[in-house]
Amino acid sequence: MRKTVRNLKVISNLRLNDNHHLIQLQSSEPLETIFPGQFANLLVENSAIVLLRRPFSIYSVDYKENTVSFFIKIIGEGTRVLANSPVGNFISTMFPLGNSFTIPNEREKILVVGGGSGVASLMILSQALCDNSNEVSILIGARSSTDIVSLDQFSRYGEVFTTTEDGSSGLKGYVTDHPLLGAQIGRFSRIYTCGPEPMMKAVAQRANLNSIVCEVSLENTMACGFGVCLCCITDTTQGHKCVCTDGPVFNINDLKWQI
Amino acid sequence: MADLSTTIHKLKLKNPVLTASGTFGYGVEFDDFLDVSMLGGIVVKGTTIHPRQGNQYPRMAETASGMLNSVGLQNKGAKYFASDIYPVLTKYNTNILVNVSGSTIEEYISCAEIINELDHISGIELNISCPNVKEGGMAFGTSCASIDAVVSAVRSVYNKTMIVKLSPNVTDIGELAKAAVSGGADGLSLINTLLGMAINAETRKPVLATVTGGLSGPAIKPVALRMVWEVAKAVNVPIIGIGGIMNATDAIEFFLAGASAIQVGTANYIDPLITLKIIDGIDSYLNRHNYSSISNIVGELQM
Ligand SMILES: Cc1cc2nc3c(=O)[nH]c(=O)nc-3n(C[C@H](O)[C@H](O)[C@H](O)COP(=O)(O)OP(=O)(O)OC[C@H]3O[C@@H](n4cnc5c(N)ncnc54)[C@H](O)[C@@H]3O)c2cc1C
Ligand SMILES: Cc1cc2nc3c(=O)[nH]c(=O)nc-3n(C[C@H](O)[C@H](O)[C@H](O)COP(=O)(O)O)c2cc1C
Ligand code: FES
Repeated sequence: MRKTVRNLKVISNLRLNDNHHLIQLQSSEPLETIFPGQFANLLVENSAIVLLRRPFSIYSVDYKENTVSFFIKIIGEGTRVLANSPVGNFISTMFPLGNSFTIPNEREKILVVGGGSGVASLMILSQALCDNSNEVSILIGARSSTDIVSLDQFSRYGEVFTTTEDGSSGLKGYVTDHPLLGAQIGRFSRIYTCGPEPMMKAVAQRANLNSIVCEVSLENTMACGFGVCLCCITDTTQGHKCVCTDGPVFNINDLKWQI
Repeated sequence: MADLSTTIHKLKLKNPVLTASGTFGYGVEFDDFLDVSMLGGIVVKGTTIHPRQGNQYPRMAETASGMLNSVGLQNKGAKYFASDIYPVLTKYNTNILVNVSGSTIEEYISCAEIINELDHISGIELNISCPNVKEGGMAFGTSCASIDAVVSAVRSVYNKTMIVKLSPNVTDIGELAKAAVSGGADGLSLINTLLGMAINAETRKPVLATVTGGLSGPAIKPVALRMVWEVAKAVNVPIIGIGGIMNATDAIEFFLAGASAIQVGTANYIDPLITLKIIDGIDSYLNRHNYSSISNIVGELQM
């Protein structure tokens, strides 16, 4: 799993809605194996103000075509420039970075919970879980139905459920209001989640109460992405750990969350 | 191919490009990307006698052409370095310097004593300029009396090359440079980060958990160049220029201002191969201008 820096060519750029893009990049050389939960650090060129690379989960990978894709939510200058990358341009990428979710192969029942741009890391996760004969249920939470994209892709790997705060799709409320995280939670042996921290904490709390294994994928501000700057730490039972190398995936038992 | 070799006191560098402490880990983090032995040297992470957890997070804020950090010298301590990290570093065929920090003079001394025992470490860089620790750190680096005290104390226990890293958060860097040299510094490196701060207008809160942090990156290069130039006029020991070096041209500017070598910091995060590109770029510059050696341009600023 050697980390490399290479220039990948933008071969497609799909505008999913007002502020979400899916960009697909192609490498001229074979790709390193990428594990679910890993991320890449992308360079933002042609921007007068963005200096550091920006981290993005690897949304999907195709080893035959040597392509990787990224699901980008525009929140500032870096994501704006990257999301608007024209087809044919090259983007400098550094990957694969970080650790990955645990992939059991014993036909386990696993709930995958995503919110916001956090759903990005859950696509190849759901695929890997499904490929290893696990039974996957996918629960996506959003503010409104327009924020929920790429559901049909998820449905290839498991049954998909949604909650929206305005009730425009699926159950009205938060993911934690869904029976999958309530009355039915006992079905699952594992819960994996990526999304806004308050959401992940609420999910982790449910998992914890029911003694279900729970892995969360954290974000933090990163300068390097490969364990050098020590800017991206989080508190764990073994002291400060780097989200970029010891994470981004952590078992909730190792975090010092008050849940 | 021009002669890129340079010397800093007893250190013979195959080229003038080193990496700045805190921006290159222990070198091993870069093994996937490059052959670390091709560099003139590496300065490993800030090391203290006792393990340090460092500051709370957020520890980083990107600012215009720069970044603020408030890592706070997170490291596992000098003993762990000597027993667990040092043996791995002996595989590198380049100069390895340890950046030594402390909260008291005694801590600097104990740390330097441990490093002094390690054959493959060619020197230390005394960090009296860290803006991110409450006690010690930068406090030592901002008055002539305290610089002299800490530098001469470490000098008495450390007999290989001792570089002193200066803080830019001072009024007259030339005077402080003189104090470091009179304390026994074999060379000076500058600059460390500039104290700064970032505020999130939406939340009305500081971005960093520690409120203030150290600014690095291209934003600080003009300040660093000015300081290297002032220090070069004030003292007669070799200078290692640091601050916002992103490419070979930046490096050349530091040589012209009076630096005999340079360290690359923040740029390593953005392009882990940048140091090799800078070495190549320095070589092309020298060839293009018909200089046979790097020493031809050190301090050769045309006024
Ligand atoms: C491991 C990892 C994986 C990620 N995966 C994805 C992904 O797949 N898709 C995606 O769209 N985004 C992802 N992100 C988040 C993404 O990296 C940030 O949105 C991006 O760096 C913001 O850059 P910007 O220049 O647009 O925003 P900036 O201009 O840097 O910031 C705009 C505002 O957002 C805040 N902000 C910046 N970064 C973050 C962050 N990480 N979390 C919360 N607030 C932040 C800033 O403080 C600022 O107020 C991931 C982050 C990490 C650490
Ligand atoms: C995240 C980070 C950590 C740093 N840690 C140290 C340190 O431990 N000791 C030290 O002397 N300097 C430290 N520095 C300062 C750098 O070595 C260098 O002096 C500074 O970043 C300016 O150079 P640059 O603009 O090329 O980054 C650190 C800088 C950064 C960005
Ligand atoms: S981002 Fe630099 S150590 Fe994690």
